[in-house]
Amino acid sequence: MSVKTNDRLERLREFTRPDRVFDFLVPVQSPVDVRHGPILYLEDVSVSFDGFQAIDRLNLTIDDGELRCIIGPNGAGKTTMMDIITGKTRPDSGQVWFGSRHDLLTLDEPQIANLGIGRKFQKPTVFEALDVTENLELAMAGDRRVWRTLLARLDHEGRSRIDEVLETIGLGDERHRLAGVLSHGQKQWLEIGMLLMQRPRLLLVDEPVAGMTEPEMQRTAELLTRLAGQQSVVVVEHDMGFVRSIARTVTVLHQGSVLAEGSMDEVASDPQVVEVYLGGEEEAA
Amino acid sequence: MKADSPTKEALNKSASGMRRKAHGAQKTRHNMGLGESSSTAQRSDSPAQPFKQCFPKAKSLMSIPTGADRSRQAFLSRSTLITSVVLVIGMAAVVILNALPASSPLHVSAATVALLGKYFTYMLLALAVDLIWGYLGILSLGHGAFFALGGYAMGLYLTAQNAPLQGWQAPLEFFPVAALAIVLTPGLLALVFGWLAFRSRVTGVYFSIITQALTFALMLAFNRNEMGMGGSTGLTRFYELLGFSLASDGMTVALFIASGVAVLLAFWLCRMITVSRLGRVCVATRDAEARVRFLGYRVDHVKLALFVVSAMIAGIAGALYVPQVGIINPSTFAPLFSIEVVVWVALGGRATLYGALLGALVVNYLKTLLTGAVPDAWLFILGGLFVLVTMALPQGIAGLLAQRRRRREVSA
Repeated sequence: MSVKTNDRLERLREFTRPDRVFDFLVPVQSPVDVRHGPILYLEDVSVSFDGFQAIDRLNLTIDDGELRCIIGPNGAGKTTMMDIITGKTRPDSGQVWFGSRHDLLTLDEPQIANLGIGRKFQKPTVFEALDVTENLELAMAGDRRVWRTLLARLDHEGRSRIDEVLETIGLGDERHRLAGVLSHGQKQWLEIGMLLMQRPRLLLVDEPVAGMTEPEMQRTAELLTRLAGQQSVVVVEHDMGFVRSIARTVTVLHQGSVLAEGSMDEVASDPQVVEVYLGGEEEAA
Repeated sequence: MKADSPTKEALNKSASGMRRKAHGAQKTRHNMGLGESSSTAQRSDSPAQPFKQCFPKAKSLMSIPTGADRSRQAFLSRSTLITSVVLVIGMAAVVILNALPASSPLHVSAATVALLGKYFTYMLLALAVDLIWGYLGILSLGHGAFFALGGYAMGLYLTAQNAPLQGWQAPLEFFPVAALAIVLTPGLLALVFGWLAFRSRVTGVYFSIITQALTFALMLAFNRNEMGMGGSTGLTRFYELLGFSLASDGMTVALFIASGVAVLLAFWLCRMITVSRLGRVCVATRDAEARVRFLGYRVDHVKLALFVVSAMIAGIAGALYVPQVGIINPSTFAPLFSIEVVVWVALGGRATLYGALLGALVVNYLKTLLTGAVPDAWLFILGGLFVLVTMALPQGIAGLLAQRRRRREVSA
């Protein structure tokens, strides 16, 4: 028997392994590899829209379990950066890695979401025609394939998980109300609740406290700080008071690249930052 | 419910207060030049929004967005029960009245039964359109194509009963093959077409336009004699179905019942889909597609699955239509017909399922009445109806019924 035949037999055996009859039934296990530290790694990412350089050679590293705030003036590319991470926008060049195993540029939005990256939009986006519980149910981690979704029933575990999240976000009394009739702040909370249901490894939170009252803001700050540690959280926010209250590390974006990075005080005393951003605020205030 | 309504009102008030406050905060931030796009932050994507602006008075009644059937969690809701019971009683009544002696004043003639059977097939088609339009926001202006394909498959089978078919059509002589063709031809077309469209994220009006193009292209193709589909005359002169004569009254009643049962089964199937978690994913996709994608659902797969199911239902409708009407020709592929179907659904009310059934029945009954009385005015009336419904009744007849029920509940 030649080596070639042997090789062929070996390949045939692959097909007849009893534990692997239906490959497509084996769930795809894709744990995020964070042994090397960072959970999110952006290198030299650039993207331009019609000649406008939205992101310009951006480098950013988020460690596992970190809570990072990203600030920056209008058009600094904060939302575009989130679009790139979640697969909505493809960069012209550069690399984006989730852990050290997953190249996010080869995946699309649902795949990235199922890997464990959750996103909260700037404008609260909840499903207005569904009630609060249903919104949370849809966000619940689970099999997202069409047939499974058709047959899915809310089991006891799922129900208690929803109750748990409802309590966390303080919408227990609104559980059967349509999401469309909630107040702006409540919608923000519901969307945060949906993120929690997803159990993501990395949360991208775009302006979580826009339109919230002072006590609501405090509760949000509390929640986000509590989440960090188990999950990595990236917060884009304009509200300086809020950023000051939660931030350990702050990254300042300006014209599509990182202008400064460090603790809030370091960043605030950086003359460049003061010029493009914080100074403007003080003047206005 | 009733007891906590004052609390609810108070809540609503405080909520609006909060919103106002939020708005204020947003504005100051905007002035500081820090709000990246704070003006868009307040915009709502609710489909009812433009209507609310036109008719502020209707606001409270419109507060529940389209497709609000609050009992949607349960399969056996009030609307399912009522619709099923009405369908069954209606069918039974027609069959019984038809069995009365012809001299009786209550006798329903075979011609009327055939007409009602035709309405049933239209109702089935409307159901197919509502499933994807009402719940998924896919406005197909080419559903007549799937209807016609099912019809042609049935037509070929019926033709084969007179003389054997030639070439690739030959197997259609056997009913099981024909039955498969009735379901699979539209299903396959929908699969390929939908896969191409949804994968490239073709949505909204662009999708509607290409569905029009699809049905128009098929109309041109079926008009050609080389297709072997009877050219512009189509397929006609059917005599036998499953060995029974199509001309007999018994056959008319049997087809009527088959159509009614098909409507009932399809209604239950659609209801099952829409009350499932998948149904909720559909509604979510309709209202905020990007969000659903970021939750990890494959929107293209969901759309494709429902589109194929819908096309299959349309195909069955077409197959039941052909033996009752006695002819199928390329005019069924006409873009106008597909648009008419959309009008039925809009008039009946989207995203309720029973609304689609109601709309198809009402419009077609009106059509039968008015094309007899004022044949020239019918198209104007249809167009006028559509405009009227879009302006004054965006939720259709079903919305009107739901509104009345809510009013009754409030006053009770």
